[in-house]
Amino acid sequence: MSTATINSELDGGPLATGISHLVTADRVDVSHGVILYIEGVTVSFDGFRALNDLSLAIDAGELRCVIGPNGAGKTTMMDVITGKTRPDAGTVFLGQTVDLTKLPEYEIARLGVGRKFQKPSVFENLSVYENLELAIKGPKGVWDTLFHRRDSMQEDRIDEMLKQIHLKERLRDQAGLLSHGQKQWLEIGMLLMQEPQVLLLDEPAAGMSDEETERTAELFLSLEGKHSLIVVEHDMAFVAALARKVTVLHEGSVLVEGSMATVQNDERVIEVYLGR
Amino acid sequence: MAVLSAIPGLYQRRGWFGVAGFAAVVLLVIPFLRLVVPPASMLHVSDYYVLLIGKIMCYAMVALALDLVWGYAGILSLGHGLFFALGGYSMGMYLMREIGNEGQYRSFLPDFMVFLDWKEFPWYWAGSEYFVLALLKILLVPGLLAFVFGWFAFRSRIKGVYFSIITQALTFAFMLLFFRNDTGFGGNNGFTDFKRILGFSLAHPATRMSVFMITGLLLILTLLLCRYIVTSKFGRVLAAIRDAESRTMFSGYNTRDYKLFVWTLSAVICAIAGALYVLQVGIINPSEMSPANSIEIAIWVAVGGRGSLVGALVGAGIVNGAKSYFTVAWPDLWLYCLGALFVLVTLFLPQGVMGWRRSGSR
Repeated sequence: MSTATINSELDGGPLATGISHLVTADRVDVSHGVILYIEGVTVSFDGFRALNDLSLAIDAGELRCVIGPNGAGKTTMMDVITGKTRPDAGTVFLGQTVDLTKLPEYEIARLGVGRKFQKPSVFENLSVYENLELAIKGPKGVWDTLFHRRDSMQEDRIDEMLKQIHLKERLRDQAGLLSHGQKQWLEIGMLLMQEPQVLLLDEPAAGMSDEETERTAELFLSLEGKHSLIVVEHDMAFVAALARKVTVLHEGSVLVEGSMATVQNDERVIEVYLGR
Repeated sequence: MAVLSAIPGLYQRRGWFGVAGFAAVVLLVIPFLRLVVPPASMLHVSDYYVLLIGKIMCYAMVALALDLVWGYAGILSLGHGLFFALGGYSMGMYLMREIGNEGQYRSFLPDFMVFLDWKEFPWYWAGSEYFVLALLKILLVPGLLAFVFGWFAFRSRIKGVYFSIITQALTFAFMLLFFRNDTGFGGNNGFTDFKRILGFSLAHPATRMSVFMITGLLLILTLLLCRYIVTSKFGRVLAAIRDAESRTMFSGYNTRDYKLFVWTLSAVICAIAGALYVLQVGIINPSEMSPANSIEIAIWVAVGGRGSLVGALVGAGIVNGAKSYFTVAWPDLWLYCLGALFVLVTLFLPQGVMGWRRSGSR
């Protein structure tokens, strides 16, 4: 219920179009080198603390892996960042100025926070091309799409993306007909069309073949620097392949942070994963 | 201008032939056969068929309206009969005023108000004697109701079967309200015995034919409008909302605005159809708001094939054509036939008649 109330206060009204009057994507201030600050975030569901005073900072252009046992709060963390869940306490700042906990999902997406779900989530009845077209960055209000005309610049961008995600041959096919791995790639492609500053990737390698997993790791490493990525994974091999800073979550807060080697040898981490 | 230039692309050649053919039949052939060809001739079209086709065209508009929200945006309304009826009542209020003092009681008030011993019109009948205001009311009253209802429903993220049930409850609540004599809309008898519109007798064949042709024209315009919407990027966003709403939101679309827009538009289309229906049938009463009526609308769309505009038209035509036949031939059997039709379509033609045609041509 609180979600709805917050939404209505910040909305421009039912037919508000285009970009928010509050904040625009250009105004994300990363002057301190940090793109995302999560500070003291607590979320409880019926007394269970999914996130417990969680604090985390992601640098601009960083690729960060987040791991943790089931119920550590990884998905809840993503829900809070993307506006799906409102925290009971704490703030999530994009850059220095924008508090994401006060914005509805679509505003957060327009500001440049893209999210990939655990289960591949594409528009099954639309073609691969149309999936990418809908994701492309630009005005997304009712009137904008009602009077939208396709232009060649957009077509070129979609074409490029089709090559990058290896779906050029399937552009006319319904997205529902793609294989599991291809859907994952299409979803990643849709995220990239949004030109996001921060990419949240929930188990992006789930259900992929070894070769696909390898290619996915390569793709993410190539995005590093241009975007900030937060990868939540169970697959340790995949995390090792990325070989970047790792954050271990446990019971809703950060347990350890460091390189893969540090984390793997940390006694608390071993204890949490293996049990006493 | 951008919109006008998009019109030729709405249909391929065959589609435009279909639209033009339909336009020729309802705007030229039927009027000619009704008004010019003498009644004794084999080719003469009787008033009965003009009324039947006119009614079905109104239903077809309603089917288009429901298909827009259900087939394309995944919002199943089981209360669209309400908007249809409110459009009808808005027109009916004006037609009641046009009766003047020629009612049973020779009063300037409608008969039902005299019967209730009312001495003057209640405040909400103010201005109902003006045709232009009636037209505005047809659009605004159901539109506003749909907007407010949608605003709260979509804001609270009510979806799926919950939404359907609430729409059903809404139309039921309005039916009970309109059944009351004190509500001031004629109670369970509603409005009837209309005499004139803009001074023209409603019984005159030329008036009836004009209404019929206007209905045909508005049906075609509604079809083209819906076609424009579903083939635009807006339409693809609707399909996206239907398939994966949270992905749509996380792609930067305010899905609530989209749903609210298409929902309100759909209600307004229903209301226009309701107003045209009352002009032809000559009666409007609260039974139009009964839950069963709204469910029947959903059956038309399911039979034709949701997610296909032509399917909605075909579904409304088939079901209502069958209904007019069965209710005369075997009145007791009609509801069984309707139920059986729905079961059969759900089991064997989940995509409706259009889906069956599509898979057959492959």
